[in-house]
Amino acid sequence: MNAVGKIKPNARPFYQKYSAGQLKEALRKMYLIRRFEEGAEEAYMRGLIHGTMHLSIGQEGSAVGATMALRNSDYITSTHRGHGHCIGKGADPKLMFAEFFGKEEGYCRGRGGSMHIADVATGNLGANGIVGGGLPIAVGAALAIKKQKRDDVAMCFFGDGASNEGAFHEALNMAAVWKLPVVFVCENNKYGMSVPTERSMAVANVADRASAYGMPGVIADGNSIADVEEAIDEAIARARRGDGPTLVECKTYRTRGHSRSDRNRYRTREEIEEWKARDPIPHFEAELMAHGLATEAEVNAIRNSAEAEIAAGIEFARLGTDPNPAEVTRDVYSNEAA
Amino acid sequence: MRELTYAQAIQEALAQAMDADPAVFLMGEDIGVYGGAFQVTGDLVHRYGEERVMDAPISELGQAGVAVGAALAGCKPVLEFQFSDFATLAMEQIVNQAAKLRYMLGGKVNVPLVMRFPAGSGTGAAAQHSQSLDAWLAHVPGLKVVQPSTPADVKGMLLAAIDDPDPVMVFEHKLLYKMKGEVPEEPYRIPIGKAHVARKGRDVTVVATSIMVHKSLEAAETLAAEGIDVEVIDLRTLRPIDTATIIGSVKKTSRMACVYEGVKTLGIGAEISARIAESEAFDYLDAPILRLGGAESPIPYNPELEKAAVPQAPGIVEGLRNLVRGRL
Repeated sequence: MNAVGKIKPNARPFYQKYSAGQLKEALRKMYLIRRFEEGAEEAYMRGLIHGTMHLSIGQEGSAVGATMALRNSDYITSTHRGHGHCIGKGADPKLMFAEFFGKEEGYCRGRGGSMHIADVATGNLGANGIVGGGLPIAVGAALAIKKQKRDDVAMCFFGDGASNEGAFHEALNMAAVWKLPVVFVCENNKYGMSVPTERSMAVANVADRASAYGMPGVIADGNSIADVEEAIDEAIARARRGDGPTLVECKTYRTRGHSRSDRNRYRTREEIEEWKARDPIPHFEAELMAHGLATEAEVNAIRNSAEAEIAAGIEFARLGTDPNPAEVTRDVYSNEAA
Repeated sequence: MRELTYAQAIQEALAQAMDADPAVFLMGEDIGVYGGAFQVTGDLVHRYGEERVMDAPISELGQAGVAVGAALAGCKPVLEFQFSDFATLAMEQIVNQAAKLRYMLGGKVNVPLVMRFPAGSGTGAAAQHSQSLDAWLAHVPGLKVVQPSTPADVKGMLLAAIDDPDPVMVFEHKLLYKMKGEVPEEPYRIPIGKAHVARKGRDVTVVATSIMVHKSLEAAETLAAEGIDVEVIDLRTLRPIDTATIIGSVKKTSRMACVYEGVKTLGIGAEISARIAESEAFDYLDAPILRLGGAESPIPYNPELEKAAVPQAPGIVEGLRNLVRGRL
């Protein structure tokens, strides 16, 4: 079955479905996301980059678990907390860093920054700075898929906060009524900036809202890549079959603040520590090793290789080309005469 | 040449665009069997089917976002708003997404969509169904905004808009839908960003938009009898503005008035006036610039009040006469 040993027949489907190599690649992506964000945070502290950023540290299980089964031709729309989705879908961290540094080599040539990283070549239609902004866009991409008679899907990431926006209601309703191939992935990290879900929703789960649209609502442990992937796998299969959208809620937690301005006044140290103990990365490593799918030495090598790639990415970005201020209006229109 | 109404000309453009390109589809509220609130799409659903003439739920924000997403994924959506006022419900997707995606993503995507907005007053529909919000959208880089004033123009500009790789907002005055005019049968394009001199004249330049082009032409005929020769420029496009045509005309006539239905303050007239003030045409001016725009009020219901809220031909005649006779 793999280099290390045979998988136990009672292991959950996730560990049966993928090869050891694929699972280790997933772990590597989780490390890339973690180190990317830690590197971005450090670069910010050192004054190498300006602006703000929204870190998803603690949420890597849902980002990688959700995107693992996607094809290149599938689409995603992402959020302001979207670095993980980008890397999950196949983005190159060095080009993401170049964007953070505002360089021409970046994914958006330095015009978008952290909140607008997109990679159309890998089907990533873009992170979005507007809460709920990507929801109807994903529905539109799915409509195009249906019109073009493809069996691809559009995966729409959003947070618990976005599920209180009108765009959520309109998007889920349209996707359901037109039976479009959308997988709605709500990463519920318990807070819309500082306000807990208990104070912003009268239902216990975002997934409970699915029944209002006549679509399945599924809850996954967002800190377990296996749990997320299995829930998503079923939703993707349903979408590809033409049976319509699913709402998957990944219960997770961001251990960092909302953004650079956050002073953590709305949650307790104990709560943060409790979730840190449920870190999705060591959890996944332990399972891989327990199933004999990876050795400790392999895990260490994966971690080191991710760190080396991130360090090289920061160096690449630092040496990038600054945009020319005379080109501030470039790319507003396709035809520059406009 | 054969005549069509403005609404028929739009419908013909939509049909010809769908014939030419399978990526084009229509979406909106009640545009299917109902035929559209103003019967613009008419029987298109029977000719092209429900997949290409899509009735959508009453979700303007959602529809606008669906149009953006479909455009990113290879379609060319043409979205009909039932009334232009409902753009207010969709501003997030129009302003933050459609307009900015290409720029924010470093020029790596196009958003080839068209949004059609039945606009303007005169139908007794009161304040929430009669606005002229064209200048709102024209304020946003990344959008193109057109306001065709004739059946021939709307067909050619709509086809140009559907061809365009960027989002184009088309404002259609509701009172123009029944206007008849000569329209060539074959598909043709009228370039976005080019104004049209609707009437040549020597004494004063009127820059007008949409239905105000016709009211200004009516005023020009009245003034011709008094020996005042009015040049009427149909702006046609609010973004990008054809500044060169206006400057050239003002250098010839030495007087300028702007006539538009949107609220006067911070409207398109302010922008055109500023462009003249900033240009070499400023030195040619023999009189102050005159702006005739909508009243500083919502559009009222009572028909006499409604007329009073936007420029009418007699007011335009009086304003231009005073401008030319030096009484301003």
